[in-house]
Amino acid sequence: MPGLEDLYREIILDHYRNPRNRGELPSPPAYRVEGFNPLCGDEIVVYLDVSEDGRVVDLRISGQGCSISQSSASMMSSAVKGKTVDEARSLIRAFKAMMSIHEQRLDADGQPEDAVIEEPGVKLGDLEALQGVVKFPVRIKCATLSWNTLQQGLDEADQAAPSPA
Amino acid sequence: MTMQLDVERIKKDFPILDVGVRGHRLVYLDSAASSQKPQAVLDAMTRYYETTHANVHRGVYAIAEEATRLFEEARAKVAAFIGAPSPRGVVFTKNVTEGINLVAQSWGRANLRPGDAVLLTEIEHHANLVPWLMLKEWLGIELRYIPLGEEGQLDLSDLDRLVDGVKLVGLTAMSNVLGTLPPVRRIADAAHAAGAVVLVDAAQYVPHLVTDVAELGADFVGLTAHKMLGPTGIGVLWGRESLLDEMPPFLGGGEMIRDVRLDGFTPNELPWKFEAGTPPIAEAVGLGAAVDYLSGLGMESVRAHEIELTAYALRTLTERFGDDIVIHGPAEPGMRGGVVSFSFKDLHPHDVSQVLDEWGVCVRAGHHCAKPLMRRLGVGATARASFYVYNDEADVDALADALDKTSDLFA
Repeated sequence: MPGLEDLYREIILDHYRNPRNRGELPSPPAYRVEGFNPLCGDEIVVYLDVSEDGRVVDLRISGQGCSISQSSASMMSSAVKGKTVDEARSLIRAFKAMMSIHEQRLDADGQPEDAVIEEPGVKLGDLEALQGVVKFPVRIKCATLSWNTLQQGLDEADQAAPSPA
Repeated sequence: MTMQLDVERIKKDFPILDVGVRGHRLVYLDSAASSQKPQAVLDAMTRYYETTHANVHRGVYAIAEEATRLFEEARAKVAAFIGAPSPRGVVFTKNVTEGINLVAQSWGRANLRPGDAVLLTEIEHHANLVPWLMLKEWLGIELRYIPLGEEGQLDLSDLDRLVDGVKLVGLTAMSNVLGTLPPVRRIADAAHAAGAVVLVDAAQYVPHLVTDVAELGADFVGLTAHKMLGPTGIGVLWGRESLLDEMPPFLGGGEMIRDVRLDGFTPNELPWKFEAGTPPIAEAVGLGAAVDYLSGLGMESVRAHEIELTAYALRTLTERFGDDIVIHGPAEPGMRGGVVSFSFKDLHPHDVSQVLDEWGVCVRAGHHCAKPLMRRLGVGATARASFYVYNDEADVDALADALDKTSDLFA
């Protein structure tokens, strides 16, 4: 049976206590996207500043939620800031691949078997601390909330961007 | 005379309470979501399947007749338990949600016209909101709400105006979030004076208080077995027979008909008119056994025990955590049920519930299917501990101890 230490790693608690990139950006020009988790009432707002050459130059997080959704959002903001939109999308795919490991793929000790990251070359770094969340299936939605919201923001940015000549 | 519950003995009747969680005993404080089941209920259902099972109201062989007898006996037990004048008004449903949908769809569609008003309250469970919101979309009815006032109580100062001209008043007899016990009789009297019928969501009330449908002043009362020591999958809608007789059927199919021709049908008489298809027979038997168990304890004693335990919980949590805990709902234990919703520090209820689970303490975290009330309280979600006959002061202490650990983890 997984224990609390699998879920509440120190780095997660650190991001929860001291969230990075907390706040708002004037919108427009920033994209403002809201995400909700209707089950627990968590809500997150992602502000996204994308430069003309397709780089996430600034990003802010507001809203409220549990330690997992808040720390995941904070870690995401640190990881994505300064990346190109394409790199951010790779990161989203890698993170969601990590989160899609389901219970039945845990071995007897609750350790994930063959945790395949389907994005070769993408380094999750600190974000790997969130891997323990997959042992608590109900909480996976908390961890992915900000990432889904970011994805929506990137989609909006792509749609608004002038098509390449 | 009210006898004190012997909780130590009662705990022994519930096999699940012997199941340990991570080396801790199970401290089950989520009975408002669903109660645990005593051995007597489990045995009654197993015995039924092992010795008696056949479809009801069909076969003429011995076990089919016995199955029918047990099924109808369960109905009579429920009727007696809630003070219904006869089992004819006791309709088996899946749960309270289905019972309220039955009223909205059958009574509502027959009696409501565009612009007609239905009065609900701000503290309702989604089960008593969405069926009416659906009618609002389909028929264009008007919905009004009795507002939440001070200390978790309904604000009845404007009741006369709100009730004027409404066709139906629907309200909970006990809030699943706040534990509030609204003055159902007073509201029902005002409703009847205005010519409205009264629907009471008694999902949280029947398991914990002496219930008398006539005293409540209700025309419809919904209850569910799994919150009162019985199985999931069965509930009851009690209705005033004169109303049920006039109402069109809800679901169509077998059992609910007297005759079917290729060009039409004649519905069955009460209560079977509203019971289409093969009913949950073993579940009815289990519900009957749950009613027997609760009657054996005595509902006055059940209520007295819960007031005492709720008082202990409110006192303990307040003493140990002071301003770090905000308890929602009425402060006076005698004015509320054994449901304690709380916010702890600035921690999210999911985090609180997750850490409590580590210590074997089960509480609900979330919006409790009452999102409009959550918005009204200005919280996204709460943690909720709820008590029943098998809980005691040691369970409350275990909750408080686990809250200390929660506090430490996030400090």
